[in-house]
Amino acid sequence: MSVTSDKNPASNEVKPDLIGVTIDGIAVSVPKNTLVIRAAEEAGIEIPRFCDHPLLEPVGACRQCLVEVATPDREGNVKPMPKPQASCTMTVSEGMQVRTQHSSPVADKAQQGIMEMLLINHPLDCPVCDKGGECPLQNQSMSHGRATSRFDDIKRTYPKPINISSQVLLDRDRCVLCARCTRFSDQIAGDPFIALVERGALQQVGIYEDQPFESYFSGNTVQICPVGALTGAAYRFRSRPFDLVSTPDVCEHCADGCAIRTDHRRGTVLRRMAGNDPQVNEEWNCDKGRWAFNHASLGDRFEFPMVRDVGGELRVVSWQEALTAAAEGLRAARGHGVLVGGRVSVEDAYAYATFARSVLRTEHVDHRARPHSADERDFLLRHVAGTTPETGVTYDEIGAAGSVLLVGLEPEEESPILFLRLRKAYREAKTTIHSIAPLATRGLDKLGGTLIPSAPGTETEVLTALTGEVGPGSDTDPITTAHAALRGERPIILVGERLATVPGALPAAAELARATGARLAWIPRRAGERGAVEAGCLPGEGALDTAGIVAGAASGQLGALVVGGVDAHDLGLPGASEAFERSFVVSLEIRPSSVTEHADVVLPVAPHAERAGAFVNWEGRVRPFEAALSTNALPDHRVLHMLADEMGEFLGTRTAAEARSSLEATTPPAAKGYPPRVRRAPVPEPGTGELVLATWRLMLDEATMQEGEPFLAGTAKAPRAHVSPATALAFGLAEGDLVTVLGDDVRVTVPVVIQDMVDHVVWLPTNSSSCDLRSLAGRAGAIVSVTKGGAA
Amino acid sequence: MTTLTPILTKFWDHPQSWTMATYEDNEGYTALRQAMQSDPADLIQATKDSGLRGRGGAGFPTGMKWGFLPPPDGGPRYLVVNADESEPGTCKDIPLLMAAPHFLIEGIAITSFAIGCNHAFIYLRGEVVHVYRRVMRAVEEAYAAGYLGKDILGTGFDLDVTVHAGAGAYICGEETALLDSLEGRRGQPRLKPPFPAVAGLYARPTVVNNVESIASVPAIIKQGAEWFSDMGTEKSQGFGIFSLSGHVKHPGQYEAPLGITLRELLDMAGGMRDPGHPLKFWTPGGSSTPMFTDQHLDVPLDFESVAANGSMLGTRALQIFDDTVSVVRAVSRWTDFYMHESCGKCTPCREGTWWLAQILQRIEHGQGTPEDIDKLVDICDNILGRAFCALGDGATSPITSAVKYFREEFEAGCHTPAAELFPPAASTLFAKEQNTMVTA
Amino acid sequence: MSVNFGRQTASGHLHVPSESKEPYPTDVLEQLSLEAEQVIARYPQPRSALLPLLHLVQSLDGYITGRGIDFCARTLDLTTAEVSGVATFYTQYKRHPNGEYTVGVCTNTLCAIMGGDQIWETVSEHLGIGHDETTEDGKITLERVECNAACDYAPVVMTNWEFFDNQTPDSTVQLVDDLRSGAPVAPTRGPSRVCSFKEVSRVLAGFTDGLADEGIGAGPASLRGVELAKREGWTAPGEESAASVDAQPSATADGPGGGLAAGQRTSVDTPANEPDERPGGQDAQEQAKEDDK
Repeated sequence: MSVTSDKNPASNEVKPDLIGVTIDGIAVSVPKNTLVIRAAEEAGIEIPRFCDHPLLEPVGACRQCLVEVATPDREGNVKPMPKPQASCTMTVSEGMQVRTQHSSPVADKAQQGIMEMLLINHPLDCPVCDKGGECPLQNQSMSHGRATSRFDDIKRTYPKPINISSQVLLDRDRCVLCARCTRFSDQIAGDPFIALVERGALQQVGIYEDQPFESYFSGNTVQICPVGALTGAAYRFRSRPFDLVSTPDVCEHCADGCAIRTDHRRGTVLRRMAGNDPQVNEEWNCDKGRWAFNHASLGDRFEFPMVRDVGGELRVVSWQEALTAAAEGLRAARGHGVLVGGRVSVEDAYAYATFARSVLRTEHVDHRARPHSADERDFLLRHVAGTTPETGVTYDEIGAAGSVLLVGLEPEEESPILFLRLRKAYREAKTTIHSIAPLATRGLDKLGGTLIPSAPGTETEVLTALTGEVGPGSDTDPITTAHAALRGERPIILVGERLATVPGALPAAAELARATGARLAWIPRRAGERGAVEAGCLPGEGALDTAGIVAGAASGQLGALVVGGVDAHDLGLPGASEAFERSFVVSLEIRPSSVTEHADVVLPVAPHAERAGAFVNWEGRVRPFEAALSTNALPDHRVLHMLADEMGEFLGTRTAAEARSSLEATTPPAAKGYPPRVRRAPVPEPGTGELVLATWRLMLDEATMQEGEPFLAGTAKAPRAHVSPATALAFGLAEGDLVTVLGDDVRVTVPVVIQDMVDHVVWLPTNSSSCDLRSLAGRAGAIVSVTKGGAA
Repeated sequence: MTTLTPILTKFWDHPQSWTMATYEDNEGYTALRQAMQSDPADLIQATKDSGLRGRGGAGFPTGMKWGFLPPPDGGPRYLVVNADESEPGTCKDIPLLMAAPHFLIEGIAITSFAIGCNHAFIYLRGEVVHVYRRVMRAVEEAYAAGYLGKDILGTGFDLDVTVHAGAGAYICGEETALLDSLEGRRGQPRLKPPFPAVAGLYARPTVVNNVESIASVPAIIKQGAEWFSDMGTEKSQGFGIFSLSGHVKHPGQYEAPLGITLRELLDMAGGMRDPGHPLKFWTPGGSSTPMFTDQHLDVPLDFESVAANGSMLGTRALQIFDDTVSVVRAVSRWTDFYMHESCGKCTPCREGTWWLAQILQRIEHGQGTPEDIDKLVDICDNILGRAFCALGDGATSPITSAVKYFREEFEAGCHTPAAELFPPAASTLFAKEQNTMVTA
Repeated sequence: MSVNFGRQTASGHLHVPSESKEPYPTDVLEQLSLEAEQVIARYPQPRSALLPLLHLVQSLDGYITGRGIDFCARTLDLTTAEVSGVATFYTQYKRHPNGEYTVGVCTNTLCAIMGGDQIWETVSEHLGIGHDETTEDGKITLERVECNAACDYAPVVMTNWEFFDNQTPDSTVQLVDDLRSGAPVAPTRGPSRVCSFKEVSRVLAGFTDGLADEGIGAGPASLRGVELAKREGWTAPGEESAASVDAQPSATADGPGGGLAAGQRTSVDTPANEPDERPGGQDAQEQAKEDDK
């Protein structure tokens, strides 16, 4: 909610200088530089406000929070200030006496006067306004406003509403010009696509026609708008706040672990909001986390188990029949593998891992339903498993870092809240940020980051170079500056999921961290990955990983697969279809997927909103959540328990709590032996008409869990092929030309963007609309052939 | 009796008054030569000792403002001259820059040397293109003569001056709004603290001074602090340009010691336009200063005396209105101005001026209600001291002061249009020739 | 003043006419980029160049075009929304094609009362256009302007931001007729001719046009005080008495020469005005305290 009190920053560590003030006669001690409005909160006194937001820089624009202030002069005589002061911009000083609306007639009148002026041009459309019932303006005008209006002139009105993006609408007549939204976009997100435009009484929030408010974080502006001026297209006119039931929740979309709030009414989730967790997402979330929750409500949910009949059709059966069929099939097969997708909760992951080891007696289990490598397995076991916020890197640590090196990671696309924290670090802690990548994205710009230009596949070389001594370089050479930063104060190295595909890169990153003393963290992309590492969803020593399991199934070595929440196309493995077709497949799924068509038994599982559990975010922080909706749908771990039961084994994962306590009793997996040597792959050498492919996923793309949300999809970036000016020249390309990229079974035609980046490389998104490169994404430095035009 | 003291206006009547040649013929840039031989700290002290107070309206001691700068830290510090003269009635800086811009340029050079600034800016309102030409030309000449640029007068001191044209926004006369505007942003005032002296232009220590303040510096340096402080009153020292406009026989610029009275100035200006129409109300320092009436003819026009009488010296913009003028019409129009120029940042100014303008327009058209007058005063009370910057305060001044002195005219606005009570044609400059012309 | 208090149409650049988004021809763009570099070079930080660059856009396009906004955004690494926010804040930036001449009648209080209202009504009726509207021949855009710092010449009309002092309805009608017919027009205080809107915009972008030395230094009202002083023999302290050759010092009985008249007066001993531009009245005192530390 908009009227928030931030947590007391004084609660931990050494007590900073405390300042004693009295507010309405109540004495409080607060840290130096505390704003009066916060000090009042400490005293339990709420001063009305609109523009104030604890996470935004003070602006003092709305003037609603005026109070009377008196301060001691040099002789100690307390002298009242002649005018009421904005408590949201004034910091406390020793001996200050503040009188709010509760004890000062002057403050009370000042506040009533401001409220009256805010209301003179405000429409009386509360009954149809989304914000009605949870509106700070409505609430505060009830508590602090006049009973009647003295305004009998003409109200200012505007045509309404206007779309400032496909997902955010603006009713300008409701706006109180607090500038929370524009300040958020500018300060927090770095996307000033909305700005205050016009002047005076006509001032308004606006976009420029050709550049709508397409920020990944735009939904936060809807949430912090203290009136109903900004509304979300998906929720507009759909519900009343007082009809909604709210459940504290954790977002299932990525490994950031945002606290969210899920609001439902009569069995339907209507909206999600960012929760307030100062250690994790503060009060923000991304638009995917806010708006992509509809995929399980598209009408194609599996409601009942299914078994493939003799005619080859999936047929709805009873649970008992399905479990029997699954158990029989698994028992009958020789060789088993377990594939787990990235959406699983930590309890699910534990259940899959234990099912593999205790029931199927196999070590062939892997949660990495994406490009991966043996280097990565070792890295995860050696450097990731078992770390916790107490021992590993945290958001707060990043916020205070001296420098951060990003390797194979595009935070804005892959880890949006990490991105926001990095931006905060850049803005507030002056953290220097470097990125080893083929091109500087707008995301990196917003972090004030410096690119260390590296073609895909050369990251190992760059990391090795940073590990050793570098000769005296210029102050602007990124290798030199990164080298120095890593040896400066509080360095941190963050590695992303695509680094797994670069031979030697993860060991090289670990070596760099060891050599420099930098802290190291792995930033997976999906919510389940970090928990799956803890829960043992990695193959045992010498066992098959995802690629091996798929190959084994395709070759007939593995006779049966248990597959939970995997999209076969995400694997980027040739032969995945054959593998699923040839083996006996038990699929645990929410709705039809690319595995379903090959599955022999389909066991329906609960979508996120209908189950409890916990994710482990990239920090290793356990993020438990409750079910928002109460349905009969079963979570994966429960289904696996039932299946184990059918196979005569006890899994002990009936409930989330049971699964978690079992998990806590087990030792986290660890690596054995020595770390792999840093080996380097040959540098890719594209021939004539060829380029090296660089690719990663955009936050908003064709992913299954974003389906069914057209307003959100409307703000996804259109796919573009990025090349350097030299590359463009060599291929005769001009900005905006269509270009066709070919490789294996991939053929993609998109417009070209020319920007400063590594030569001989073309970057495309991995899984965007009409641009599916997932089958190539697993090979760092894959060579593609490129031709101008759409035909070829 | 007080007499005029032509200093900045002294050679405006020269046919080429704006040129370097004329300026140098009038001892121009001798103060700079003298200053460059001095310790910068002495220059600041001299300015403090002179008692020079800001000539942009508020009268903050200029030398003290310079003294607020933190000690040098090796980074840049800036001087920004506020030449955004836009306060209704104010018309002193613009003619000064048109007629004799080198006073300012020399003042900038001396001030920059004193405060350790190597890049100064002149923020000139954009709506005076010939003045912009003259100032740019003066800067050009000063570079050519070695008074600006590298190694000025062989002292090793460097100074660049950028002349920047605004684009039409009264609020940019507020010093922090001016800085935002100069940084290429919407000209909205900034939160203070930090004050410009600590974090001003580009978040660096910055002095913002009015044109006339800086233009007065060469004379102070040349003639001495005591010379300056001997003029004027005990606490309002020195001279200033008094701008008379409206219903006087000879409107114009009258440079005089602070403390002169309107009676004296009116005398010099030949009295009221028409002896048959006595003085009704006037502003001592622009529309944002509460108006005075004929009771105030003998109030010394210095900071203290004007304040003691409930107004502000402001910019010494004496707008004189005789008894042909409807005070309601005058105030209504000023309120339109504040509404038009409110930057929109804070609620009371943005919404309050919008509301006030509507009420005043109704009263002007004879459609006021009995509640309107108290409502006006109460809205003003809710704006005054509650707005983010002084613009909101200024918007209330004409209203509250007019209601105080002429409440009955507002009461008449409940039934009779102002134009009926005070036919506008009678007030015009061309009333004699065109007195048949009556408009609504 | 004709303010519409109800339904508002202002909307920043929510809608940008497609013709204003036509890209600049290559040679124009090259020249523009070159000049933009010169403007940027005047400032320690590029963004400061935004106001002059918007004037420069007007010097090419006659108003703030979509392509001009794009150009500024690209050149200064801003979003177009940020540029729009600035362009719509300042009244000199025009939202639609401006006439060759902006004729601005001051209708702020003093000028209005001195005849500005009558001038406005006459000329508006004469041209058949209202505020911010342009004559069909594209010659004149009529505006109400706020105080232009020439109150001693009221009523004032600004033509492309040059001073036309002490105007009457008739003189202004003559002015606009001359502007439309192409007859030579010179401002009261300014160069020998009125430049076009685009030419003037270029000057405001900081590119001089060589006209600075044209015209007078000061008009009659500006000189009123100094001429009186010369007639009376009044000077500042320490100055030679009445230096001007043609002005004879007149011995007035009560006006002691030699500037002694400018002696001290006793001021009323009350607190000074609030220091300038300090919204929180206490701030300045606080700063003073800071300074004393």
